[in-house]
Amino acid sequence: MTGTLAEKVWESHVVRRAEGEPDLLYIDLHLLHEVTSPQAFDGLRLAGRGVRRPDLTLATEDHNVPTTPGPIVDPVSLTQVETLRRNCAEFGVPLYPMGDAEQGIVHVIGPQLGLTQPGMTVVCGDSHTSTHGAFGAIAFGIGTSEVEHVLATQTLPLKPFRTMAVNVDGELPDGVTAKDIVLAVIAKIGTGGGQGYVIEYRGSAIEALSMEARMTVCNMSIEAGARAGMIAPDETTFAYLKDRPHAPSGQAWDEAVEAWRALRTDDDATFDTEVHLDAGQLAPFVTWGTNPGQGLPLSASVPDPESFADEGQRASAARALEYMDLEAGTPLREIAVDTVFLGSCTNGRIEDLRAAAGVIQGRRVADGVRMLVVPGSARVRLQAESEGLDRVFTDAGAEWRLAGCSMCLGMNPDQLEPGERSASTSNRNFEGRQGKGGRTHLVSPLVAAATAVRGTLSSPADL
Amino acid sequence: MEAFTRHTGIGVPLRHGNVDTDQIIPAVYLKRVTRTGFEDGLFAAWRQDESFVLNHPVYARGSVLVAGPDFGTGSSREHAVWALMNYGFRVVISSRFADIFRGNSGKAGLLTAQLAQADVELLWKLLENEPGTEVTVDLVERTVTAGEHVFAFEVDDYTRWRLLEGLDDISLTLRHDDEIANFEGGRPAWGPRTAEPA
Repeated sequence: MTGTLAEKVWESHVVRRAEGEPDLLYIDLHLLHEVTSPQAFDGLRLAGRGVRRPDLTLATEDHNVPTTPGPIVDPVSLTQVETLRRNCAEFGVPLYPMGDAEQGIVHVIGPQLGLTQPGMTVVCGDSHTSTHGAFGAIAFGIGTSEVEHVLATQTLPLKPFRTMAVNVDGELPDGVTAKDIVLAVIAKIGTGGGQGYVIEYRGSAIEALSMEARMTVCNMSIEAGARAGMIAPDETTFAYLKDRPHAPSGQAWDEAVEAWRALRTDDDATFDTEVHLDAGQLAPFVTWGTNPGQGLPLSASVPDPESFADEGQRASAARALEYMDLEAGTPLREIAVDTVFLGSCTNGRIEDLRAAAGVIQGRRVADGVRMLVVPGSARVRLQAESEGLDRVFTDAGAEWRLAGCSMCLGMNPDQLEPGERSASTSNRNFEGRQGKGGRTHLVSPLVAAATAVRGTLSSPADL
Repeated sequence: MEAFTRHTGIGVPLRHGNVDTDQIIPAVYLKRVTRTGFEDGLFAAWRQDESFVLNHPVYARGSVLVAGPDFGTGSSREHAVWALMNYGFRVVISSRFADIFRGNSGKAGLLTAQLAQADVELLWKLLENEPGTEVTVDLVERTVTAGEHVFAFEVDDYTRWRLLEGLDDISLTLRHDDEIANFEGGRPAWGPRTAEPA
């Protein structure tokens, strides 16, 4: 068939199609964590149902876990984690708990284990499931009712998404990363611009990205309102997957790669919408407001709300400046932060830690600034330690932590205090996201590291 | 799921666009393992502000929320839907909903009625001029009625049918169990498994 990458993957998973009904789509991989699953298991129990395919399901503990050694202190967090353990044991679902070498943020461990592969459908009760689209999979976040549905049936009733191409051509300037690409995309199309779409990222700048960088881009598709983001698999993808624990091997590998090579948008296929970005024009991006679309190049100043043509955007900007305690016209480079957070499913992988360590090596975290470095998984932590990155960070005065979602969201002990300001490599700068009253500027790992050194929003070029 | 045909209740004007699910219910309130009790976290940060609409004694009894565009963006947490329903909301009206939120609402029995932004503005004025104004939302007729004004709203046919009938998706899907089994038989053998099948 002729079609886009998304349409090809979708079509190959349709279990049932009938007039007036959504398609019934088969799900190849269902990832679970402790926050969005308890009510789903409870639903199964009440209806006397089991998990149809525990062998296509995997659970881990990430949102609630403390990133310092020791047990969970908060009794409510502990209940949630213990509930997951009980549910996994009762229903036969494999689980990587705290302390296990395979534990980590759900979107870091799937790819790392080789479980995320091209052409698959991947779901999780977590909007950043879009991360897995970097492999050419259709991967998207679902609610708890849908989690229960997938547990019981291994399928989901869904209406096809519309397709959007985001073409990024050209060469990224030095110091500009995948994070800057996706922040620029969101600023361009807005937080609602992708609603109803699956985005396919294409073009020479995307093809040049490593797998981990591609995951960063796809991860934040949801921040543009898109359900999923995808990148066609290529040699970079295959090289990443080869010899991973769950990747096919031997003759099966050859068969798989042959099938994966067909997963490309045909030349004569059309997208419902196309967007173009010139990679050469991009710069390190930071957010100034309270949604991920409110971002600008680091060289810019805090915008005047009156400069927005749209009334809703004007109101939103005015409110954001008040919450963020910023004045229009202030150069972004002069904004001082209290905390720098390096981690999350967006930027908590080994390449992110290496990039930041490269900047911080031989330098010190500025006085009065606290820097948290939180690997995305236990494996990432072990790898970083084997390369000595932990020492680079701790020698500079940063804190080296255990794997988890940490300060990306205020659910575990790592939180901002009211009024505190952070430069964060995570994905959401919503009011209170990192702790009640906390103020968040989204940045790349390079900008995070340079900001930690200078104490104000900075890029490595400023050092 | 409880069927939804028609609902009348006090309308609550929420003059905010881009209401993300972290605002509807902050993460710190997500730790329950039940589907009830989340009303304490609903708009928790905003409710600390005395002037917030739900702190008005009349609006506090509301059950039809009228919000700005892009309602429910961000995190997939279905707790946002539960928090609204646990509090007593049966309907949210907006000119645009985030996809995951809208899907979650349909599953849990919260009606998301999509109106043109101009109609939302008119509703805001009506509800602000006379707090306590009742809004009737009729899913059979697909209309929102407030005072003398009647607006037609959009909802997709399948969601509407499921809400009207109070049908549960899993039972519907399990009617096609043989088709699922048939599909499973044709999946590539090299596809990954998280564990050896039992």
